[in-house]
Amino acid sequence: MNWQAFIEVLVGGLLSGVMYSLVALGFVLIYKASGVFNFAQGSMLFFAAMTCAGLVGKGLPLWAAALVSLVVMVALGLAVEKFVLRPMVAQPEISLFMATIGLSFVIDGLAQIIWGSTAMKLDLGVEDMPLEALMDKTGIAVSQFDLLAAAVAAVLVSGLAVFFSKTKVGRALRAVADDHQAALAVGIPLQRIWGIVWGVAGFVALVAGMLWGARNGVQFALTSLALKALPVLIIGGFTSVPGAIVGGLIVGASEKLAEVYIGPHVGGGIEAWFPYILALGVLLIRPEGLFGEKIIRRI
Amino acid sequence: MATPILAVNNIEVIYDHVILVLKGVSLTVEEGRIVALLGANGAGKSTTLKSISTLLKGERGDITKGNIEFKGERIDHLTPADLVKKGVCQVMEGRHCFAHLSIEENLLTGAYSRKVPGSQIRQDLEMVYGYFPRLKQRRTSLAAYTSGGEQQMCAIGRALMARPTMILLDEPSMGLAPQIVEEVFAIVKSLNEKEGVSFLLAEQNTMVALRYADYGYILENGRVVMNGPADDLATNEDVKEFYLGVASGERKSFRDTKFYKRRKRWLA
Repeated sequence: MNWQAFIEVLVGGLLSGVMYSLVALGFVLIYKASGVFNFAQGSMLFFAAMTCAGLVGKGLPLWAAALVSLVVMVALGLAVEKFVLRPMVAQPEISLFMATIGLSFVIDGLAQIIWGSTAMKLDLGVEDMPLEALMDKTGIAVSQFDLLAAAVAAVLVSGLAVFFSKTKVGRALRAVADDHQAALAVGIPLQRIWGIVWGVAGFVALVAGMLWGARNGVQFALTSLALKALPVLIIGGFTSVPGAIVGGLIVGASEKLAEVYIGPHVGGGIEAWFPYILALGVLLIRPEGLFGEKIIRRI
Repeated sequence: MATPILAVNNIEVIYDHVILVLKGVSLTVEEGRIVALLGANGAGKSTTLKSISTLLKGERGDITKGNIEFKGERIDHLTPADLVKKGVCQVMEGRHCFAHLSIEENLLTGAYSRKVPGSQIRQDLEMVYGYFPRLKQRRTSLAAYTSGGEQQMCAIGRALMARPTMILLDEPSMGLAPQIVEEVFAIVKSLNEKEGVSFLLAEQNTMVALRYADYGYILENGRVVMNGPADDLATNEDVKEFYLGVASGERKSFRDTKFYKRRKRWLA
């Protein structure tokens, strides 16, 4: 066995897994605070990437485009809370979920009405090329772009983890996630909390959208990233920020390794479905995911 | 007579636009008192409490007639969060602790609406632990892993962290052992005496509730059928017979017309 190649595949897989984690993070945020699987997260990501790339196309420098997109995404999140979720307080979760399905079509359409439906390029100034210093020393190729994505994810996740566990608003967020009614009863303003969460989810969608857009091109296919996030969420647990990261790493590494080492024996192309099999296995053994909140039942 | 802190004036509540649950309920709570709201299942106790705490909207309920005043101010159009700021806090039936938060975090969420320095919050936390020493022992365990009694204490302590002047307590005895029920009620009484918190208490357990309350209302089918000082209610023959299950004298039969008429009045 060629260890160098193995490490290269593993590192590449882990780093691409981080990119999945970024997408999954947006789901986790909203699921934590409102118990809703936000089907529109992929669309928000698409919308964010389109807005950013579109603004760059209009001649804005990248930082300004990112800043404007951030404002747009937070505004979008707040609008979703106000016009979609607020009228649906105390409805069954399945209704909320269906509302987000509808929402995804609206956001997809909106993005294409504003920015057109042709694919765009987004250049973050870091190329998807092996890091030369590392290459020279060890002979292992690690993409600079992937390293950037990993660094961004690390910063985001540690920030969010502190936010959830240490701050007053974070605590209120977790309380709302556990029990809406009780949260209302103790005076937590549900609507403001949801507004904050959707705003933050918009921000996360922008970060993920920019990174994915820069790598794969800003195009409609970005919306299907939501499907890639699904096994990540199932493996890591829908309610856990660290779970989203670990889940992403597991999915990234396992799908690349499976493709390289198992693929040739079964005719290849298993990268696309391998994570789902893995997720199925996790569902059977640990339905709440590796890091999800335990389903605690009084008996 | 003390001044009423809470006045519910002839409210009518309809769920889902069709189901009439309260048919004109009026009651008052005087400052610094414990008032019990008694009645069978489905009589409208919880609905009354939820109308006051404005949690009704979250359950597709609507106050269609009447109004509710707290300290002389209309409160029926406020959001729950605003109401907590004004000093009214509800402890919901079935405790509703935040399962995945530790006991201490649960208590801290109660202080969310307050804009005071952290030292003040710490002090209030110690105050709550003073009343509920058990919670201090279990401060780091997840609420879901604590016993029913501890969860009830946690729910009351959480409400206290908002420093309310009035607590709406819904069925605190639910699913608790008689001994724990006594413990919880004793704490409610001492909170009432030492912190001056007024309580409106919905309870099935008529005997215990009347022992700790100052005044009582009995609800039946969405109406107040009887009210009076707790001692009077506890000794009232009708209450004894229909709620406490202790009939005076010999066994009654359904053919006993006098009984039948009295019973009918309750169900009207």
